[in-house]
Amino acid sequence: MSPVDALIRRHRLRAIELLPWVIAVAAYFAFADYLSLGSQILIMILFALSLDLVLGYAGIVTLGHSAFFGVGAYAAGIYAARVSGEPLSGLLVGAIAAAAVGWASGLVILRTQGLALLMLTLAVTALLAEAANKASFITGGADGLQGVDIDPIFGIFRFDLFGRTAYRYCLAVLFLAWLFARRLVYSPFGRSLVGIRENATRMHAVGSPVRRRLIAVYTISASLAGIAGALLAQTTQFVGLTVLGFQRSGEVVIMLVFGGIGRLYGAFVGASLYMIAQDQLAKLDPAFWYFWIGLLLVLLVMFARGGVLGLIDRLLRR
Amino acid sequence: MEALISILFHGLAYAMILYIVSVGLSVTMGLMGFVNLAHGVFAMAGGYVTVTLMNTYAVPFGLALLAAFIVMTLVSVVLERTLYARLYGASELEQVLFTIGLIFMSVAIVRFLWGPLPQAIHLPAALSGQLDLGFRSFPMYRSFLIAVGFVLIALLWFGVERTNFGAQLRAAVDNRRMAESIGIDTRRLFSLAFALGSGLAALGGGLGADILAIYPGYATEYLVYFLMVVAIGGLGSLRGPFVAALLLGFGDTACKYLVPELGAFFVFVAMIGLLLWRPAGLFGRV
Amino acid sequence: MTPALETVGLHKRFGALIVANDIHFRLEAGARHALIGPNGAGKTTFINLITGRLPPSAGRIMLGGEDITALPQAARVRRGLGRTFQINTLFRGLSVLENVCLAVGEHAGIGGDMLRSIGSHRAVLEHAHSLLERLRIADHALTPVRELPYGNQRLVEIAIALGLQPTVLLLDEPAAGVPAAESAIILDVIEQLPRDIAVLIIEHDMELVFRFARRITVLVQGSVLVEGTPAEIAADARVREVYLGERQHG
Repeated sequence: MSPVDALIRRHRLRAIELLPWVIAVAAYFAFADYLSLGSQILIMILFALSLDLVLGYAGIVTLGHSAFFGVGAYAAGIYAARVSGEPLSGLLVGAIAAAAVGWASGLVILRTQGLALLMLTLAVTALLAEAANKASFITGGADGLQGVDIDPIFGIFRFDLFGRTAYRYCLAVLFLAWLFARRLVYSPFGRSLVGIRENATRMHAVGSPVRRRLIAVYTISASLAGIAGALLAQTTQFVGLTVLGFQRSGEVVIMLVFGGIGRLYGAFVGASLYMIAQDQLAKLDPAFWYFWIGLLLVLLVMFARGGVLGLIDRLLRR
Repeated sequence: MEALISILFHGLAYAMILYIVSVGLSVTMGLMGFVNLAHGVFAMAGGYVTVTLMNTYAVPFGLALLAAFIVMTLVSVVLERTLYARLYGASELEQVLFTIGLIFMSVAIVRFLWGPLPQAIHLPAALSGQLDLGFRSFPMYRSFLIAVGFVLIALLWFGVERTNFGAQLRAAVDNRRMAESIGIDTRRLFSLAFALGSGLAALGGGLGADILAIYPGYATEYLVYFLMVVAIGGLGSLRGPFVAALLLGFGDTACKYLVPELGAFFVFVAMIGLLLWRPAGLFGRV
Repeated sequence: MTPALETVGLHKRFGALIVANDIHFRLEAGARHALIGPNGAGKTTFINLITGRLPPSAGRIMLGGEDITALPQAARVRRGLGRTFQINTLFRGLSVLENVCLAVGEHAGIGGDMLRSIGSHRAVLEHAHSLLERLRIADHALTPVRELPYGNQRLVEIAIALGLQPTVLLLDEPAAGVPAAESAIILDVIEQLPRDIAVLIIEHDMELVFRFARRITVLVQGSVLVEGTPAEIAADARVREVYLGERQHG
């Protein structure tokens, strides 16, 4: 097989890539009592997937991704509370609001790199958290946004108490987002992001409009994160200040890193494991949940830098 | 006019604390390029040690501060030698992840030992009340903070300008390879700088307990402020973070006083603007 | 005839230190031109000024008659200016083929395509592969660059530059760091570069310079000392002094 054919083959859909969806559908039936947790997992997968585009593929180290998640959540929540409970338009509102914030912040902060960039991402999410706190007349402030009533999807599928509609809704949105993300990472644009990550100097020297590409992926990633936030607002019918800030940003980075960055499916593995573990263990000992996560993170950096998928890779190679 | 004096006064006290806590971070980041997001943990721990010694063991204020300084300096030496040292060549992401891991662990430990509420500080009688300067009176403790701040800063700047250690430090921050080639042991230098910086942070945490409340969220909530002071001041610089701390201290105090509905929002915008104008910091050397 | 590349009074200073002193330089179409000079002469600085990595303090740079002084790096590349780096600047984690594809793809203008898989741009992939074949590294097409011997990595560096289909190619010490056993193929590749590309090569290896160059410019401390044919340069007393003088004092 010529190298060209081999390269093309690598980007074709492989059977194992359908596994997450098989599991997701199976879980719908097997864990019918845990569907609200299931929806949260799906939402976090989407959030982590959006981060992977920026962190895993483009190599932008950010601790401010919660800014877009939070903006999407508040935008969709306020839209539902004040304008209309129609969910799909709410998703769109969340996506557009987050994309706008992503584009604007990307324009300014992607001029920097390293520590300055990291600090700016933190500052943006802190700024938005402060704004959400102070603007309590729209956001509900520290008490959170109430009155987020969501209408049935397409007028037919009502959000039920068992979380069935919510789960199917989140799964459908995640699936579409995944289709898009997968297309993106295997496209010339996606490959150029990897190039920028691997060697930005070289990308400049091959005529690539580096800044434009980075702003584009930052905006796209922000809108996906915003959709995740909007889903959260719609399925829990509540938006609290915790959708913004360092804690939320740190958590999604941890989820992704545990799964393995830059592999598209790290988000699936990492977010699932994290959320399930948190659900089981945080119940036993809330204070120490963060201790063990912190410890795992330290150990991961020392011994298992590729995350779970990286470990699997290494095992398979043997 | 009254308001202006109040803002300047309280802003200065706030700036002092920010500086004392953050200066160590500026030096270590400038010296070794290591992104230590867990720096705030040392300040937080210093605060907890100080307050606990005072409240539970009736240790006098000054001694408690000294103890916090010594304890955290030693702890930081241990941490640096065992953990941090392995990551000096690591990527930015790895350093970020590692230090976040440290933050999470310390926050959990602190919450477990002391609970989620802010620690109550009982200032020594000599430092409570008001200081009457004739034309107006100022809170005694804040005045004390400003005075102590100036003394510490003078000692620090004097130490760096006049001592051998300080000279080596400045050389290594300026050009590490050159410094190594003339025989300066930058690794040992870094360990010392790291220890000193962490000790200072602990001191700042204890001194500033009145301004930056000591509670488990300390290391994460104030992180962005410490980083802003360092980034705006310029990595590796001693004076830069002082200017940045003043800007942040005055700005934040002024905004919260004059436009409380906006809170810290405006200061964040201003700080972001400053960093964009000067991405290497106002006095950036690295 | 318009030169492929020209600098007019190109000047760069860092405070009191002048690293490029009012350099007037012409590179004709199809040229085989070498830039030589002692260490620290400012040769790489000159290349960085031309490519846009370093902004000049004064002077102009013309590419095919067009003033590119104000253009950013990437824009100059798109107008036909290609370079290799003195130290390999490659995508080490990616395969050789992917490395060259990135360059070929950018040149073909598909770098911004978000919606189609790279597989659907077969022509780009084939062109990249043919470049690998031309440089005789096609056997390593799917090998990650970091696993290649240094000499082969150097060839990938050249392949990337060729993938940009440049009108002007700047080679910064292409044989540097390559063991003698592997450098023959690099020299072959340079000799067989397409006739219509104007090539400027920085080199210390005098054998390579005299074998390859039709014109030589000697740069010393940021200024052009002399320029001429290889014979003229070899006979020039000043050049000998600059090179031999170092040995006498050292």
